[in-house]
Amino acid sequence: MTWELLLWGPAAIGAAEWWRLFAHFTALSLVAIGGAITTVSEMQRLVVAQEGWLTAAQFNNCIAIGQAAPGPNVLFVAAIGYSVGGLAGVLATMAGSLLPSAALAVGAGRFGERYRHARGVRAFTAGLAPLTIGLLLATGAVLLRPVAAEPVAWLLVAGTLWLMLRTKRNPMWAIAVGALAGILGWV
Amino acid sequence: MPEAGPPAARPAQAAPASPWALFRAFNRLAMQGFGGVLPVAQRELVERLGWLTREQFLALLSLSQVLPGPNVINLGLIYGDRCFGWRGALAACAGMILLPLVLVVMVTMAALQFADVPAVGGALRGMGVVAAGLVLATAIRLAPGLRDSPLGRVAAIGFVAATVLAIAVLRWPLPWVVLGLGLPGIALAAWRLKPVGRP
Repeated sequence: MTWELLLWGPAAIGAAEWWRLFAHFTALSLVAIGGAITTVSEMQRLVVAQEGWLTAAQFNNCIAIGQAAPGPNVLFVAAIGYSVGGLAGVLATMAGSLLPSAALAVGAGRFGERYRHARGVRAFTAGLAPLTIGLLLATGAVLLRPVAAEPVAWLLVAGTLWLMLRTKRNPMWAIAVGALAGILGWV
Repeated sequence: MPEAGPPAARPAQAAPASPWALFRAFNRLAMQGFGGVLPVAQRELVERLGWLTREQFLALLSLSQVLPGPNVINLGLIYGDRCFGWRGALAACAGMILLPLVLVVMVTMAALQFADVPAVGGALRGMGVVAAGLVLATAIRLAPGLRDSPLGRVAAIGFVAATVLAIAVLRWPLPWVVLGLGLPGIALAAWRLKPVGRP
Protein backbone atom coordinates (compact mmCIF):
# COMPACT_ATOMS: atom_id res chain seq x y z
CA MET A 1 0.00 0.00 0.00
CA THR A 2 1.75 3.11 -1.23
CA TRP A 3 0.80 6.67 -0.42
CA GLU A 4 -0.26 7.23 -4.01
CA LEU A 5 -2.62 4.29 -3.85
CA LEU A 6 -4.09 5.48 -0.58
CA LEU A 7 -4.53 9.06 -1.67
CA TRP A 8 -5.71 8.72 -5.25
CA GLY A 9 -7.05 5.19 -5.37
CA PRO A 10 -6.31 2.26 -7.68
CA ALA A 11 -7.35 4.21 -10.76
CA ALA A 12 -5.22 7.23 -9.77
CA ILE A 13 -8.01 9.78 -9.97
CA GLY A 14 -7.02 12.99 -11.72
CA ALA A 15 -8.12 16.55 -11.00
CA ALA A 16 -10.79 16.70 -13.70
CA GLU A 17 -12.33 13.45 -12.54
CA TRP A 18 -12.18 14.57 -8.92
CA TRP A 19 -14.18 17.67 -9.72
CA ARG A 20 -16.73 15.65 -11.66
CA LEU A 21 -17.08 13.25 -8.74
CA PHE A 22 -17.47 16.16 -6.34
CA ALA A 23 -19.95 17.89 -8.64
CA HIS A 24 -22.14 14.78 -9.03
CA PHE A 25 -22.40 14.26 -5.31
CA THR A 26 -22.93 17.93 -4.56
CA ALA A 27 -25.82 18.02 -7.03
CA LEU A 28 -27.39 15.07 -5.28
CA SER A 29 -27.03 16.52 -1.80
CA LEU A 30 -29.93 18.93 -1.95
CA VAL A 31 -32.36 16.53 -3.65
CA ALA A 32 -31.64 13.79 -1.12
CA ILE A 33 -34.90 14.20 0.77
CA GLY A 34 -34.95 11.35 3.25
CA GLY A 35 -31.21 10.82 3.13
CA ALA A 36 -28.54 9.91 0.61
CA ILE A 37 -30.00 6.43 0.22
CA THR A 38 -32.88 7.87 -1.84
CA THR A 39 -30.43 9.06 -4.47
CA VAL A 40 -28.68 5.72 -4.87
CA SER A 41 -30.41 4.96 -8.18
CA GLU A 42 -29.05 8.19 -9.61
CA MET A 43 -25.62 7.65 -8.07
CA GLN A 44 -25.47 4.26 -9.70
CA ARG A 45 -26.51 5.71 -13.03
CA LEU A 46 -23.75 8.31 -12.80
CA VAL A 47 -20.91 6.33 -11.27
CA VAL A 48 -21.43 3.04 -13.11
CA ALA A 49 -23.31 3.72 -16.33
CA GLN A 50 -22.30 7.26 -17.19
CA GLU A 51 -18.74 7.58 -15.88
CA GLY A 52 -17.78 3.93 -15.76
CA TRP A 53 -15.78 4.42 -12.57
CA LEU A 54 -17.11 1.29 -10.89
CA THR A 55 -18.83 -1.90 -11.93
CA ALA A 56 -22.37 -2.53 -10.69
CA ALA A 57 -21.00 -5.19 -8.35
CA GLN A 58 -18.41 -2.84 -6.87
CA PHE A 59 -21.09 -0.19 -6.40
CA ASN A 60 -23.38 -2.63 -4.60
CA ASN A 61 -20.47 -3.63 -2.37
CA CYS A 62 -20.13 -0.03 -1.25
CA ILE A 63 -23.79 0.09 -0.24
CA ALA A 64 -23.35 -3.16 1.66
CA ILE A 65 -20.33 -1.81 3.54
CA GLY A 66 -22.20 1.35 4.44
CA GLN A 67 -25.12 -0.59 5.85
CA ALA A 68 -23.00 -3.09 7.74
CA ALA A 69 -20.69 -0.56 9.35
CA PRO A 70 -21.71 1.36 12.46
CA GLY A 71 -22.68 4.98 12.14
CA PRO A 72 -24.89 6.89 9.73
CA ASN A 73 -25.71 4.99 6.56
CA VAL A 74 -24.56 7.93 4.46
CA LEU A 75 -21.03 6.57 4.88
CA PHE A 76 -21.64 4.32 1.90
CA VAL A 77 -20.71 7.36 -0.18
CA ALA A 78 -17.30 7.25 1.47
CA ALA A 79 -16.95 3.66 0.31
CA ILE A 80 -17.85 4.79 -3.21
CA GLY A 81 -15.40 7.67 -2.97
CA TYR A 82 -12.57 5.46 -1.84
CA SER A 83 -13.27 2.87 -4.52
CA VAL A 84 -13.22 5.54 -7.21
CA GLY A 85 -10.30 7.64 -6.01
CA GLY A 86 -8.76 6.78 -2.66
CA LEU A 87 -8.87 9.32 0.15
CA ALA A 88 -9.25 12.11 -2.38
CA GLY A 89 -12.38 10.37 -3.60
CA VAL A 90 -13.66 10.10 -0.04
CA LEU A 91 -13.26 13.86 0.36
CA ALA A 92 -15.11 14.46 -2.91
CA THR A 93 -18.08 12.27 -2.12
CA MET A 94 -18.40 13.12 1.58
CA ALA A 95 -17.95 16.88 1.17
CA GLY A 96 -20.23 16.86 -1.86
CA SER A 97 -22.92 14.87 -0.12
CA LEU A 98 -22.85 16.69 3.19
CA LEU A 99 -21.81 20.32 2.80
CA PRO A 100 -24.85 21.68 0.94
CA SER A 101 -27.43 19.87 3.03
CA ALA A 102 -25.53 20.69 6.24
CA ALA A 103 -25.52 24.40 5.44
CA LEU A 104 -29.23 24.26 4.70
CA ALA A 105 -29.93 22.31 7.89
CA VAL A 106 -28.13 24.75 10.16
CA GLY A 107 -29.83 27.66 8.44
CA ALA A 108 -33.24 26.06 8.70
CA GLY A 109 -32.63 25.08 12.31
CA ARG A 110 -31.97 28.66 13.23
CA PHE A 111 -34.81 30.05 11.23
CA GLY A 112 -37.54 27.56 10.77
CA GLU A 113 -38.54 25.60 13.85
CA ARG A 114 -41.57 27.79 14.32
CA TYR A 115 -42.56 27.48 10.67
CA ARG A 116 -42.77 23.73 10.73
CA HIS A 117 -46.54 23.81 10.86
CA ALA A 118 -46.97 26.44 8.19
CA ARG A 119 -49.03 25.31 5.24
CA GLY A 120 -46.12 25.68 2.81
CA VAL A 121 -43.90 23.38 4.83
CA ARG A 122 -46.66 20.83 5.28
CA ALA A 123 -47.43 20.92 1.57
CA PHE A 124 -43.72 20.39 0.92
CA THR A 125 -43.48 17.29 3.10
CA ALA A 126 -46.82 15.88 1.99
CA GLY A 127 -46.04 16.51 -1.67
CA LEU A 128 -42.64 14.82 -1.50
CA ALA A 129 -43.55 11.90 0.73
CA PRO A 130 -44.67 9.64 -2.16
CA LEU A 131 -41.50 10.58 -4.02
CA THR A 132 -39.35 9.51 -1.08
CA ILE A 133 -41.09 6.17 -0.86
CA GLY A 134 -40.84 5.69 -4.62
CA LEU A 135 -37.12 6.53 -4.55
CA LEU A 136 -36.48 4.01 -1.78
CA LEU A 137 -38.36 1.32 -3.72
CA ALA A 138 -36.38 2.24 -6.82
CA THR A 139 -33.12 2.00 -4.86
CA GLY A 140 -34.05 -1.49 -3.73
CA ALA A 141 -34.97 -2.49 -7.27
CA VAL A 142 -31.76 -1.10 -8.75
CA LEU A 143 -29.62 -2.88 -6.15
CA LEU A 144 -31.40 -6.19 -6.71
CA ARG A 145 -31.27 -6.13 -10.48
CA PRO A 146 -27.97 -8.09 -10.74
CA VAL A 147 -29.37 -10.95 -8.66
CA ALA A 148 -32.96 -10.82 -9.86
CA ALA A 149 -32.71 -14.34 -11.29
CA GLU A 150 -31.47 -16.00 -8.11
CA PRO A 151 -34.07 -17.57 -5.81
CA VAL A 152 -31.80 -17.42 -2.77
CA ALA A 153 -31.52 -13.66 -3.19
CA TRP A 154 -35.31 -13.33 -3.00
CA LEU A 155 -35.33 -15.58 0.02
CA LEU A 156 -32.82 -13.27 1.69
CA VAL A 157 -34.93 -10.24 0.80
CA ALA A 158 -38.05 -11.89 2.17
CA GLY A 159 -36.21 -12.84 5.34
CA THR A 160 -34.88 -9.33 5.75
CA LEU A 161 -38.32 -7.82 5.26
CA TRP A 162 -39.79 -10.21 7.80
CA LEU A 163 -37.05 -9.39 10.32
CA MET A 164 -37.49 -5.65 9.93
CA LEU A 165 -41.25 -5.47 9.63
CA ARG A 166 -42.41 -8.25 11.91
CA THR A 167 -39.75 -8.30 14.62
CA LYS A 168 -37.76 -5.71 16.51
CA ARG A 169 -34.43 -7.35 15.98
CA ASN A 170 -31.27 -5.52 15.05
CA PRO A 171 -30.64 -5.45 11.28
CA MET A 172 -27.20 -6.86 11.94
CA TRP A 173 -28.73 -10.33 12.15
CA ALA A 174 -29.97 -10.08 8.58
CA ILE A 175 -26.63 -8.68 7.42
CA ALA A 176 -24.79 -11.55 9.07
CA VAL A 177 -27.06 -14.11 7.43
CA GLY A 178 -26.54 -12.39 4.09
CA ALA A 179 -22.78 -12.50 4.51
CA LEU A 180 -22.93 -16.17 5.42
CA ALA A 181 -25.12 -17.01 2.45
CA GLY A 182 -22.67 -15.20 0.22
CA ILE A 183 -19.65 -16.93 1.69
CA LEU A 184 -21.31 -20.28 1.14
CA GLY A 185 -21.84 -19.33 -2.46
CA TRP A 186 -25.60 -19.42 -2.27
CA VAL A 187 -25.92 -15.90 -3.69
CA MET B 1 -29.64 26.31 24.83
CA PRO B 2 -31.81 27.37 27.83
CA GLU B 3 -35.19 28.61 26.77
CA ALA B 4 -36.86 31.74 28.06
CA GLY B 5 -39.57 31.16 30.63
CA PRO B 6 -40.29 31.49 34.33
CA PRO B 7 -37.72 29.36 36.17
CA ALA B 8 -40.36 27.79 38.36
CA ALA B 9 -42.34 26.45 35.41
CA ARG B 10 -39.41 24.69 33.75
CA PRO B 11 -37.45 21.82 35.33
CA ALA B 12 -33.70 22.07 34.84
CA GLN B 13 -32.76 20.15 31.73
CA ALA B 14 -29.46 18.44 31.29
CA ALA B 15 -27.32 19.80 28.50
CA PRO B 16 -23.92 19.06 27.04
CA ALA B 17 -21.17 20.82 28.97
CA SER B 18 -19.05 21.60 25.93
CA PRO B 19 -18.67 20.84 22.23
CA TRP B 20 -16.33 18.05 23.26
CA ALA B 21 -19.12 16.48 25.33
CA LEU B 22 -21.31 16.69 22.22
CA PHE B 23 -18.60 15.01 20.17
CA ARG B 24 -18.22 12.18 22.66
CA ALA B 25 -21.95 11.59 23.00
CA PHE B 26 -22.59 11.50 19.27
CA ASN B 27 -19.53 9.34 18.71
CA ARG B 28 -20.80 6.92 21.29
CA LEU B 29 -24.22 6.65 19.77
CA ALA B 30 -22.89 6.33 16.23
CA MET B 31 -20.64 3.44 17.16
CA GLN B 32 -23.65 1.55 18.49
CA GLY B 33 -25.69 2.26 15.39
CA PHE B 34 -25.31 -0.78 13.22
CA GLY B 35 -27.73 -0.47 10.36
CA GLY B 36 -29.04 2.90 11.53
CA VAL B 37 -28.32 5.48 14.17
CA LEU B 38 -31.72 7.02 14.83
CA PRO B 39 -33.09 4.53 17.37
CA VAL B 40 -29.82 4.71 19.28
CA ALA B 41 -29.90 8.50 19.08
CA GLN B 42 -33.27 8.57 20.76
CA ARG B 43 -32.20 6.17 23.51
CA GLU B 44 -29.05 8.10 24.25
CA LEU B 45 -30.19 11.72 23.90
CA VAL B 46 -33.60 11.36 25.49
CA GLU B 47 -33.40 8.46 27.90
CA ARG B 48 -29.81 8.15 28.98
CA LEU B 49 -28.52 11.72 28.84
CA GLY B 50 -31.79 13.57 29.23
CA TRP B 51 -30.59 16.33 26.92
CA LEU B 52 -33.89 16.30 25.06
CA THR B 53 -37.41 15.44 26.03
CA ARG B 54 -39.22 13.04 23.77
CA GLU B 55 -41.26 15.87 22.30
CA GLN B 56 -38.16 17.92 21.58
CA PHE B 57 -36.51 14.95 19.92
CA LEU B 58 -39.55 14.33 17.74
CA ALA B 59 -39.73 17.99 16.76
CA LEU B 60 -36.04 17.97 15.83
CA LEU B 61 -36.47 14.75 13.90
CA SER B 62 -39.45 16.08 11.95
CA LEU B 63 -37.49 19.13 10.95
CA SER B 64 -34.49 16.98 10.00
CA GLN B 65 -36.65 14.76 7.84
CA VAL B 66 -38.10 17.68 5.92
CA LEU B 67 -34.64 18.86 4.98
CA PRO B 68 -32.50 17.12 2.38
CA GLY B 69 -29.62 15.07 3.65
CA PRO B 70 -29.24 12.30 6.21
CA ASN B 71 -31.82 12.64 8.96
CA VAL B 72 -29.57 11.84 11.88
CA ILE B 73 -26.83 14.13 10.58
CA ASN B 74 -29.31 17.01 10.22
CA LEU B 75 -30.55 16.29 13.71
CA GLY B 76 -27.04 16.42 15.14
CA LEU B 77 -26.23 19.59 13.21
CA ILE B 78 -29.34 21.45 14.35
CA TYR B 79 -29.06 20.35 17.96
CA GLY B 80 -25.32 21.03 18.05
CA ASP B 81 -25.87 24.46 16.55
CA ARG B 82 -28.50 25.25 19.16
CA CYS B 83 -26.09 24.28 21.92
CA PHE B 84 -22.87 25.92 20.79
CA GLY B 85 -23.36 27.45 17.38
CA TRP B 86 -21.32 26.20 14.45
CA ARG B 87 -18.77 24.63 16.78
CA GLY B 88 -21.51 22.51 18.31
CA ALA B 89 -22.84 21.56 14.90
CA LEU B 90 -19.36 20.52 13.83
CA ALA B 91 -18.72 18.62 17.05
CA ALA B 92 -21.93 16.62 16.82
CA CYS B 93 -21.45 15.84 13.15
CA ALA B 94 -17.77 14.97 13.54
CA GLY B 95 -18.61 12.74 16.47
CA MET B 96 -21.08 10.80 14.38
CA ILE B 97 -18.83 10.51 11.36
CA LEU B 98 -15.14 10.40 12.22
CA LEU B 99 -14.62 6.95 13.70
CA PRO B 100 -17.20 5.19 11.52
CA LEU B 101 -15.57 6.86 8.51
CA VAL B 102 -12.17 5.44 9.38
CA LEU B 103 -13.76 2.02 9.74
CA VAL B 104 -15.60 2.26 6.44
CA VAL B 105 -12.46 3.31 4.59
CA MET B 106 -10.49 0.44 6.11
CA VAL B 107 -13.18 -2.09 5.27
CA THR B 108 -13.44 -0.73 1.72
CA MET B 109 -9.67 -0.98 1.37
CA ALA B 110 -9.81 -4.60 2.44
CA ALA B 111 -12.79 -5.32 0.20
CA LEU B 112 -10.96 -3.94 -2.84
CA GLN B 113 -7.74 -5.70 -1.97
CA PHE B 114 -9.35 -9.09 -1.42
CA ALA B 115 -12.03 -8.74 -4.08
CA ASP B 116 -10.71 -11.85 -5.82
CA VAL B 117 -11.19 -14.06 -2.82
CA PRO B 118 -14.51 -15.84 -3.47
CA ALA B 119 -15.58 -15.69 0.16
CA VAL B 120 -15.07 -11.93 0.30
CA GLY B 121 -16.94 -11.29 -2.92
CA GLY B 122 -19.67 -13.63 -1.81
CA ALA B 123 -20.04 -12.05 1.61
CA LEU B 124 -20.33 -8.59 0.06
CA ARG B 125 -22.87 -9.80 -2.47
CA GLY B 126 -24.98 -11.38 0.25
CA MET B 127 -24.78 -8.26 2.41
CA GLY B 128 -25.71 -6.17 -0.62
CA VAL B 129 -28.88 -8.20 -1.11
CA VAL B 130 -29.77 -7.72 2.54
CA ALA B 131 -28.99 -4.00 2.25
CA ALA B 132 -31.49 -3.79 -0.61
CA GLY B 133 -34.00 -5.56 1.59
CA LEU B 134 -33.39 -3.06 4.39
CA VAL B 135 -34.08 -0.17 2.04
CA LEU B 136 -37.30 -1.84 0.83
CA ALA B 137 -38.29 -2.38 4.45
CA THR B 138 -37.86 1.33 5.14
CA ALA B 139 -40.09 2.16 2.18
CA ILE B 140 -42.76 -0.29 3.34
CA ARG B 141 -42.59 1.12 6.87
CA LEU B 142 -43.22 4.61 5.54
CA ALA B 143 -46.11 3.55 3.32
CA PRO B 144 -48.87 3.72 5.94
CA GLY B 145 -48.03 7.40 6.31
CA LEU B 146 -49.63 7.92 2.93
CA ARG B 147 -52.99 6.75 4.21
CA ASP B 148 -53.90 10.23 5.41
CA SER B 149 -52.00 12.10 2.77
CA PRO B 150 -53.59 15.39 1.68
CA LEU B 151 -52.96 14.18 -1.85
CA GLY B 152 -55.53 11.46 -1.43
CA ARG B 153 -54.63 7.80 -1.43
CA VAL B 154 -54.98 7.27 -5.17
CA ALA B 155 -52.83 10.22 -6.15
CA ALA B 156 -50.23 9.33 -3.56
CA ILE B 157 -49.92 5.78 -4.82
CA GLY B 158 -49.86 7.12 -8.35
CA PHE B 159 -46.92 9.35 -7.51
CA VAL B 160 -45.10 6.43 -5.91
CA ALA B 161 -45.63 4.24 -8.95
CA ALA B 162 -44.59 7.02 -11.33
CA THR B 163 -41.40 7.58 -9.35
CA VAL B 164 -40.47 3.90 -9.43
CA LEU B 165 -41.18 3.80 -13.16
CA ALA B 166 -39.17 6.92 -13.91
CA ILE B 167 -36.17 6.03 -11.78
CA ALA B 168 -35.89 2.26 -11.79
CA VAL B 169 -37.27 1.44 -15.23
CA LEU B 170 -36.74 4.49 -17.42
CA ARG B 171 -33.60 5.58 -15.52
CA TRP B 172 -34.43 9.24 -15.95
CA PRO B 173 -32.05 11.64 -14.18
CA LEU B 174 -33.14 12.32 -10.65
CA PRO B 175 -33.32 16.14 -10.73
CA TRP B 176 -35.90 15.98 -13.55
CA VAL B 177 -37.95 13.41 -11.70
CA VAL B 178 -37.90 15.46 -8.52
CA LEU B 179 -39.05 18.51 -10.46
CA GLY B 180 -41.47 16.66 -12.71
CA LEU B 181 -43.17 14.71 -9.94
CA GLY B 182 -42.24 16.66 -6.87
CA LEU B 183 -43.52 20.06 -7.93
CA PRO B 184 -46.96 18.82 -8.97
CA GLY B 185 -47.11 16.83 -5.76
CA ILE B 186 -46.33 19.86 -3.65
CA ALA B 187 -48.77 22.00 -5.64
CA LEU B 188 -51.52 19.42 -5.22
CA ALA B 189 -50.83 19.12 -1.51
CA ALA B 190 -50.81 22.90 -1.09
CA TRP B 191 -54.14 23.12 -2.88
CA ARG B 192 -55.68 20.32 -0.82
CA LEU B 193 -54.40 21.86 2.41
CA LYS B 194 -56.11 25.14 1.66
CA PRO B 195 -58.23 26.09 4.65
CA VAL B 196 -61.93 25.76 3.88
CA GLY B 197 -64.49 28.35 4.91
CA ARG B 198 -62.12 30.61 6.79
CA PRO B 199 -63.55 33.92 7.90
